[in-house]
Amino acid sequence: MADTKTPASTRAGSQDTAIAGLDSLELAGFSTGRDRGRIARKTWTAAWPKVLAAGLVLGAWQLFYLSDFHGDTSTGLVKGPGAGLANLWDQLQHGQLWSAIGNTVRTAVVGYLLAMLIGSVIGAIVSRIPPLRAATGSIISGLQTMPSIAWFPFAIILFGTSESAILFVMVLGAAPSIANGLITGVDYTPPLLLRAGRTMGLRGVALYRHLILPASLPAYLAGLKQGWAFAWRSLMAGELLVIIVGNLSLGILLNNAQDNQDLTGAISIMIVILVIGIVVDTIFSKTDLAVRRRRGLLTDTQSV
Amino acid sequence: MSVVQRYRPDPGTAAQLNGGRPGRPAGDTAVSLSEISKVYGRGPNAVHAVDRLSLTVGQGEFVCIVGASGCGKSTLLSIVAGLDTPTAGQVDTGGRRVGIMFQEPALFPWLTARRNVELALRALKVPKEQRRRRATELLEAVHLGDFADKRPHELSGGMRQRVALARALAQEADVLLMDEPFGALDAMTRDLLHDELERICSQRSLSVLFVTHNVREAARLGDRVVLLSSRPGRVIEQYDVPRTGPRRIDSASVATLASQITDRLREEMRRHG
Repeated sequence: MADTKTPASTRAGSQDTAIAGLDSLELAGFSTGRDRGRIARKTWTAAWPKVLAAGLVLGAWQLFYLSDFHGDTSTGLVKGPGAGLANLWDQLQHGQLWSAIGNTVRTAVVGYLLAMLIGSVIGAIVSRIPPLRAATGSIISGLQTMPSIAWFPFAIILFGTSESAILFVMVLGAAPSIANGLITGVDYTPPLLLRAGRTMGLRGVALYRHLILPASLPAYLAGLKQGWAFAWRSLMAGELLVIIVGNLSLGILLNNAQDNQDLTGAISIMIVILVIGIVVDTIFSKTDLAVRRRRGLLTDTQSV
Repeated sequence: MSVVQRYRPDPGTAAQLNGGRPGRPAGDTAVSLSEISKVYGRGPNAVHAVDRLSLTVGQGEFVCIVGASGCGKSTLLSIVAGLDTPTAGQVDTGGRRVGIMFQEPALFPWLTARRNVELALRALKVPKEQRRRRATELLEAVHLGDFADKRPHELSGGMRQRVALARALAQEADVLLMDEPFGALDAMTRDLLHDELERICSQRSLSVLFVTHNVREAARLGDRVVLLSSRPGRVIEQYDVPRTGPRRIDSASVATLASQITDRLREEMRRHG
């Protein structure tokens, strides 16, 4: 037979080269890392939709101002975007807005961390115990459909007009989403990976730590993001409804603007609330992108 | 060279026959299955996946299992791996560690190639300082030393399967179970991986149970090819392949054996038609 004449060592040597050659051929044209060049172009690609969005909003504002809707421009109630932005700039020079932002963000962080802790613990327990999962699954979905603002009378009766009432409603709003995210992640751990993990000898806590939790991360992150949206809404509703004396917050500034018929001031606070929301949302989106990029779950168009 | 075909209604003689080959201790059995049955469901809907199947794999022997769909090949591997329990019968691996490879690489996508291998070592409680070194060695053994820090999605299909092989080897397995591991690869990559696998298995004197429905692949790789019937799975024929020298997928001897097995397999399928 022809192939028996080739000495074994030569065969092994040529086989190594063949494998290395095949590897490099297969990886050619495969972008293995991120493009480091064209930073200016990438920045532009990322920035122009935001610039356009801001322009559209300001344009609509200007139109609303010029249309003199209800005759409010003539009375001086509605001001143009120029005057409005000047008002915001002016408020940003004073400590009052900043201490309000500080208080609101602190409450947001405390409430969100609480929701994260409670939601994650509940999610972890429920996903482990099937009968509990069957029983609580519909409760968790039910809680998610309940508008959080409906909880405020209950919270105020229970906790009084205090920060606790706001935190309570934030947790009720956000924790179910976070728990759900984790449960979904655990449910959708690929069975093949579980088989691979078990043959490797991963059991119990180790199986959880090295396989199930990392596998659930994308779904858990989605839950965290949705939870944040609920928490932030609940917080804004809470600050408008539960007025705590002596505790300056964005909600109180918004309330003051309403009481003073200060439309421009109200818009300034709304812009601040919007910006905080967008910043946090961006952080979640970036994290989500990073996780998906690491796992190769991105298509080329998404990786921008 | 010729291919020896033996019809063995009593698989108990397998160890005896294996003993005749050079380089293998006579009668040393790595895996022994006796009268294994597996039934899914019960009553009239019960499915007999495997029926009173007996099979042995000698120490260092490469056994290929071939069969048409529904012969319970995958069930069989799950049982040997301890992922599934047989309805009846005995499995004995003599306390050997069993590693398994699937058709999909089943790598953890959030870990680099090296970390994937390290995790298997960690599950074995290998001390931290040694893990990295051993993982690197294993990846070099499958010619992936330069790609240790790549994540699975950055590698080609063949490379992923090699990482999966390195991971299976990291489990210090004496017995390697392979469930159509090259089924999803192109022919050229598969050829190269056959050579790789042959080299690694003989270096480490692994006992292998290799499931495939590619008859040529079985003839190329196996020391013995076991043909299973379908629904329920039973051993219907065993073919011994003497080790006379390097084999290739296009060797004449491989082709001869492959066509013999294919004929027998067709006969078996007609029985169901």
